This record gives sequence, structure tokens and C-alpha cells, in this order.
Amino acid sequence: MSEILQSSGERQELVLNMGPHHPSTHGVLRFVVHTDGEIMRRAVPDIGYLHRGLEKLAEGCSWAGYMPFTDRVNYLEAMFTNLAYARAVEKLLALEIPPRAQYLRVMACELNRIASHCITLGCIAMDLGAFTPFVYLLRERETINDLIEELCGNRITHNYMRIGGVAFDVDESWLKKVSAFLYHFEPVIAEFESLIVANEILAKRMAGVGVICAADAVAWGLVGPNLRASGVDFDLRRDQPYAAYDGLQFSVPVGRDGWVHPDSVVGDCYQRFLVRVEEMRQACKILRQCIAALPSGEIMAKVPKALRPPRGEAYAAVEGARGEIGCYVVSDGGPQPYRVKWRSSSFSSMSIIEHISRGLMIADLVAVIATLDVIAPETDR
Amino acid sequence: MEASEIKKRLEELLSSELVWKIGEKQTGDGWVEIPLEKWTEACRLARDDEKLLFEFLRALSGVDRPGENNIELVAHLFSYRHRHAVVLKTKVSRENPVAASVCSVWPAAEWYEREIFDLLGVNFREHPDLRRILLPEDWPGHPLRKDYQQPASYRGIPTSRPAPEGSAS
Amino acid sequence: MRTVFEYLKALQLEPFWQQLLAAAAVVVIAALVFVVALTIAGLLVVVERRVAGRVQSRIGPNRVGPLGLLQWLADGLKLIMKEDVIPAAADQPLFRLAPYLVMVGVFSAFASVPFGMYLIAADVNVGVLFILAITSLGTVGILMSGWASNNKWSLLGGIRSAAQIVSYEVPALLGALSPVLLAGTLQMSGTESEPGIVALQGGWPWQWFVFRNPCALGAFFVYFIAAVAEGNRTPFDLPEAESELVAGFNTEYSGMRFAGFFLAEFANVYLVSAVATTLFFGGWQVPGLSLAEQAGDPRWIILGLVIFVAKASIFCFVIVWLRWTLPRLRVDQLMGLCYRYLLPLGLLCLLGNAALVLVASEGSTVDWVLRLLTLVPAAAVLVLFFWRVSYHIRRVGDRVDLDLLARGVKGRFHPERHRHYGKLASPTGKGVTQ
Repeated sequence: MSEILQSSGERQELVLNMGPHHPSTHGVLRFVVHTDGEIMRRAVPDIGYLHRGLEKLAEGCSWAGYMPFTDRVNYLEAMFTNLAYARAVEKLLALEIPPRAQYLRVMACELNRIASHCITLGCIAMDLGAFTPFVYLLRERETINDLIEELCGNRITHNYMRIGGVAFDVDESWLKKVSAFLYHFEPVIAEFESLIVANEILAKRMAGVGVICAADAVAWGLVGPNLRASGVDFDLRRDQPYAAYDGLQFSVPVGRDGWVHPDSVVGDCYQRFLVRVEEMRQACKILRQCIAALPSGEIMAKVPKALRPPRGEAYAAVEGARGEIGCYVVSDGGPQPYRVKWRSSSFSSMSIIEHISRGLMIADLVAVIATLDVIAPETDR
Repeated sequence: MEASEIKKRLEELLSSELVWKIGEKQTGDGWVEIPLEKWTEACRLARDDEKLLFEFLRALSGVDRPGENNIELVAHLFSYRHRHAVVLKTKVSRENPVAASVCSVWPAAEWYEREIFDLLGVNFREHPDLRRILLPEDWPGHPLRKDYQQPASYRGIPTSRPAPEGSAS
Repeated sequence: MRTVFEYLKALQLEPFWQQLLAAAAVVVIAALVFVVALTIAGLLVVVERRVAGRVQSRIGPNRVGPLGLLQWLADGLKLIMKEDVIPAAADQPLFRLAPYLVMVGVFSAFASVPFGMYLIAADVNVGVLFILAITSLGTVGILMSGWASNNKWSLLGGIRSAAQIVSYEVPALLGALSPVLLAGTLQMSGTESEPGIVALQGGWPWQWFVFRNPCALGAFFVYFIAAVAEGNRTPFDLPEAESELVAGFNTEYSGMRFAGFFLAEFANVYLVSAVATTLFFGGWQVPGLSLAEQAGDPRWIILGLVIFVAKASIFCFVIVWLRWTLPRLRVDQLMGLCYRYLLPLGLLCLLGNAALVLVASEGSTVDWVLRLLTLVPAAAVLVLFFWRVSYHIRRVGDRVDLDLLARGVKGRFHPERHRHYGKLASPTGKGVTQ
């Protein structure tokens, strides 16, 4: 059929517009899809619908006052964005963070990682037609939201980190609740696996689809679970440790051929899905260690009330749920940041979609977007 | 490799003197300044050289410096194999902000450079698809510039609202 | 219907009045069929939402009416009150016609569904063929709606849906042919005087067509899967849940027009279940009674109705359950399933049934051996399934007690006693992804 079209000299193409309104929760994104029937020729992303000028806003805020804005860079992993900004400024100030604060930071981040992965995995399943796992994981996320609400007062945009430490301390009852949640949650991961992870239909939808080889992943700037699923064994927590990660034991899942399903290859959608499931389990492990090892002490370093970091610049990255979230901060010695730039994983993930979308079907595009875990606020800032 | 060694290696490869600077109180990150005409070449060498192998472009940012009358392009690089990082900077003049694109070195730079073009107005030669990315195609001005004036309205929609009654102005 | 006509004939009226009354009877019965089908569809909507709620560990609608069973009336009222929006560039006559075609396609088939012994509107002697043929009218309606909406997504959805339905007609028919072969007639219900598919089965499981021989069991699965696919239900609902992005061929429809599509889909779910029950599972037959005994007493007829509705409801539940458990197939996988798996399987089952009908005449030893061979493993699988379900419920628990977590008071929460402490509760002790 395609030969007939080509020989007639006419490129018959259907141009479809996906979004910006669409019933999946990846945010406000738009794709202009050029298709030849079912097979796509190009899927051109169009971003900017959620551009709020967060980087420009920083130049009008005080150093400490910018922290609530950092939540909005990615509201699903607000702890990580808080932490990236705090670490960047702390680098400029050369602050020493007390150990209790470091452990609390790790705990907050890992709880946030589990919550974020709940959404991601649920959305992947939902986009592929399985509505139930999404609801189960959201039910678990509700408990995490409650725990975090008890910690810092907010369910989503946490504003928990401060420059120099964390905002609020925890007590025994909160730690007990986190323990109780973990005892409840780990069998839920097992239930999720038996329900949907090894499901033949899901595996067939995702195995071998949207393969990104390791060289491409590195060259296009993919990070986090996307990068690890493509076979690059790198995790900021283990390889460039920050906060209290240095002493903690956890394994980092990396993609491998034939993982769970024989058709699965390194770098396909299924591996990106599996990496995240395993990461949830590892996050639980880290949390248990933190609860056991939480030292006593201060939760904030000695920081002057009006921050004026010396002239200079710093880049700090944390391993967020979607990968490396980096904050590049430039100071001119004044009370307000001179420039704040966010390095978000979704920005790079979006840029690679056009590159890998040739030859995929429209239904595969949905799987690719979902497994690359593209979040609009992080893409647009 | 340490920052000084990286700088020395880059000097060897580019066969020219480079400057390494750091912030006021020696805190934060230091950077290597690359002359503008050697920008792409330096990036390519940074990626390809055996000792450097900076195959990961972490971030490519632009910083507007009206005081020095230039716009800085800051590239944060990282190497997975050697586990070292470096910051390369180059300066583009504000009157004629044109730089060479590094898309041929790292495909990730495509969208970073589009963003710098969009928000700061820097043109990149040899960029495959240089157009605005975050803002609408017909938006006037480049917001991240320090002298940016927000237009009063865009296509008839006002860009600010009057403050509600009773609130602090 | 026939009984009504015979009754009228027995009245011995003038031909004019007789024909008038006959026409009136036809209209009344048609209206009754329509109302019954509509009610079933409405109730099924509520049942689906309740079942979906429980599957997803939430409640589902339970406010309107007892157990929320009048929710469909509230939804219907809401849809009637909505503004009737028709896109200006849509093909007006086709756009308006499409929902009616789809509804007619499904609701007409209800005329031939045997609810009970004499409780069937039109027990035509080509019943199976009639049902399978008239439901194809819906395809035309779907394609029409996709085209007339003047929307590329609707067009894609409509085309996909048409391809899907047309393709899955073949295995559905092949699956349905096996009981036709076993019965020797296309007539759905039948009475003791004339043969029909239900009448030729019995009440007990070993008398059902599905357990006659292993090929009949295979034919049932082929028919069921193909019929679910024809009804655009998950896991085959790619045309309408274009997911992920828009709603497929019924995107542009709102208000009662949309309700038409929606109700037709749910009526189809019941239709599929009802046809599966009649063809394979003995329909309205009461176990332990012969046809003469059942015909004699109206109470047995009512019991037959109850049995039929119960069996059909079980299949409806299975279809709803599938929707909320499984992800959906991609279009090429869908077509692959039809042509590469269901079609050959359906043919094999048909051939097998034909051969076995020749070899094993009814009542012979071979026949009984085959029935046992099919029934015993099927029963064993069913028992195993329920045991496994109870194991899972015991292991994971049916309710999540977040309140215990919320309290978290020292001494009141013992994690060691709450769950399998320290040991991951999956069967191998570790998860799938390790």
C-alpha cells in the first residue's frame, strides 16, 4: 500500500493534533502527529503551555523566599526541587548541614519518590487501558500525602527544605507511622506486580516499543530511570552521594534484556516501567534504614536571616523520581538571586520523543510518553 | 580528573590559553572560559577526547550580563565514564548575540539552544530548527533579559490584572 | 409472540379485528422488548459502576435509589437536559442517524433473546442468524458517526471500530456455529413440540452444550472473546477509548445522542451474555425438570426466567470484570489475535464438533465420556480459581485499615501481627522485578 502512495508521487499524510487537552495526567502538552494511517511519520512536540516564568520570578524573590516557587517546578516531586535549590545555595554559602537534617532530607525525598512513582506507574497502566492499578496506587499515595502533611503541613507543594536544613522536625510517632506504612506498602508492590506488571497484554504493548539505546540516551540528555532502563548504570545517590546517601545500602535497578518478559530489550518502554517498580521497593529499603539510623541534633545550620551568598555560581543536582533535577544558581552578592536555571529531566525526555517516534503507532506514542514520564510543569517551568 | 587538570587538557587540545575562574569566596563551582570562536570546537573536543569524555550535556544555560554587555552561555558537562564534571562558559555580545550551535556535538543541545534563543535572544548558527519553544511564536521580546519590559497586552489579552480592592498596592 | 397470535386466533373474531389486534399486539410487544432492553442497559450501567468501584477499592454510586440502582435514571435525566450540540461542519443527516442505527442494531436483537420458555418476542427459526446479522447494523452506525463528526480522531476511531467489528464477526460466527451443529437448528428457544437450541439442552451442567465435548468448550471461548471484541469492550476498546487522548467515534456526541451509543454498548454486553447463555449454558432450562413439566406450570417458567437472568448476569459480571482488570490491546495486536488465533481455533472447534457429532451420537457412551472429559477439568479449574481468590483475599486482605496507621499510638499497632512481617507476601518471597 505504501508503494502505491509513493509511486503516485503524493505523500498522503494525516495530520493529527494530540492535546493540549487530553484525558491523561501528563499535563498540558501538545503533539502534532503526522501519520500514514496508523504508523506515525513524525510526532512534533509543542511545549510552553505551562510556562510560568519561574526562572524570571527568582530574580524578584529573596534567596529564602524563592523556596515555595521551587515546589512548583515539579509539584509531584517537590522535595527534590526544594533540595536541589537548597543545595545549590548551600554550595555558594559553603554551609555544613547537620546530620539529622541530612537524614530527614533523605526520608522526605524517598517518600516523595514513592509517591511520584505511584502516579507514574498508575498513569502508565491507565494510559494503556488498565484503570484499576492507578486507583490502588493513588490510595497508597494518599497515605504518603497524609504522612507528609503531618511532616510539613502540605500534601503536594511541600516547601519543606530550607537553606541550611529542613523546616520541621519529626517525633517518634511520625517515625512509627512511616514504619507502619512501609509494612503495609511493600506487599502492595507485590500485589501490583502480580496484577499488572507481568500481565501479558501490558508487556506486549510495551516490550520492544520505543527502544532508546544507551548512546542515544546519553547524547540526548536522558536521566534517571529512563537512562538506567537504557542500560547506563548511573545514579546520583550512589555515585555522587549527597545528603545522607553515603552510608545507605540500596541497589539501583538497570535494564537488561529479557527482564520479566522475554520480548523485552534494554531501553524499551517495559524496562522503563520495571525500573520504576523496583525503585519503589528500594526507596522503602532506604526509608527503613533512615528510620533506624536517624541521629539526634539540630535540623538547621546557622544561617543569617538575610541571605547574601557571595558572588559566584553553583550547580547542584539531586536524583529525583524522574532523574536528575539540577538547579544552577548565579549570585551577584545581592539579596536576590541573579539567575536561577532549572535542569529538568522532562525537558530532555520531551526532546527525544520526536527522534524515536518515527515508525511507531499512535497507541505506541502514548506508551512512550507515559514511560518517559514527561511532566508538563517541569518541561515548561 | 580535577578541575585544574581538565583545564590543562583543554588548553592542550585547543592550543590556546584558557582562564579558570571561581566565585568570590572560592565557594560554588569554578568554570573554564572558552573564546567564542572556539566554542563548538572546544565542546567537541571535550566530548571526544579520551581523557575527558564529557558525553553528557547536563545543562546549557544563558545568563544575561548587561553590566558587562554580554550574555554568557554556560555548559555544564559530565562524564559517566570518568565521573568528573566541568563548566564551560563563553560570552556572546549583547548587541549581536550570535553563537555557533553545539547540536552536532550533543543532540540534547537542540532544545536548550531553542530555549536560550526564546528567552534571551541568542541566535545559534547551524541549528537545525531554531524557533521559540516556550513562548508563542509571535511573542515580542526576550523575557530573561534584564532590561525586558513586559508588554501590556498580548493579542488583546492584558498581561496584568488590577490589584483587588483593599490589598496592598 | 406466537402464543399471542394463537390466542387471538382462538378468540375467533372477524378477520379485520383479528388483524388489528394482532398489529396492536406486535406494537405492544416491540415496545416491551425495547423497554426491557433499555432497563437492562440502564441497570447494567449502574452495576458496572458499582463493580468498578469495588474492584478499585472504592464504593461506586450508592446514593440514588436503593444501592444506587436508580442512578441510570438520574443520568438519563441529566443527559436529556443537556444542550444538543452538533458541530456546524458535521454531516447533519448522517450525524443524527448514526446513534439510531447503533441502537436499532442492538435492541432489535433482544426480540430473539429467550428469557424464558414462552418469554421470547420472536422465536424465529433462524434465531442465531438473525441476532448475529442484526447486530452488524451497529457497524454501519459507528462508521457513520466517525465520518459524520468531521473530526479526524472520530474518523480514525470509527474506521478502527468498523475493522474490528467486521473482523471479529467471523470467529463469533464460528463459535456460535458449534452449538448450532450440536442442536441441528438455528432456532433459539423452542418448546417441547418444536426443537430449539435451549430446548435441546437441559438444566444440569452436563446437559449444557458447552460441556458436550472439548471442542464445544473451545468454541465457547472463541465466541465469548470475539463477542466482547465486537462490543468494543476493554481489552478491545481502542476505538472508543482512544485513550489516552480523545473518545473515539462518539467524541462529538452529547446529550441523548451520546446516551444512545452508551446504552447500546451496555445492552450489547447483556446481549452477548444472553446469547452465550442460550447457546452454551442451557438458557432457561430448570435442572431436573423435563420440557413438558416446565411448560405446564407458570411457576417453573418464572423460575426459568430467574435462572436465565442469573446465568446471563454472571457473564455480564465477567465482561465488566475484564474491563477493569486488563489493559487494552493495540490495533495490530487486536487484528492479529482475531486472524491468527481465534479464527483457526474457531475453525478447529467447528470441525471437531462436526466430527464428534458424527461419531458420538447423543446418549452413547462416547458422548458421556466426552462430557465427563470436559466437565471435570472445567469444574476443577473453577474450584481452583475460587480457592486462589480466597487465598489472595486472606493474604492481602479485603480492607485497608488506614485508621490504624492514622492512630499510630504506641502499643496499639503491632506490625508483626498485622501482615506477613518481614517477608514480602508474594508467592516466591520476592517480587517480579528483582
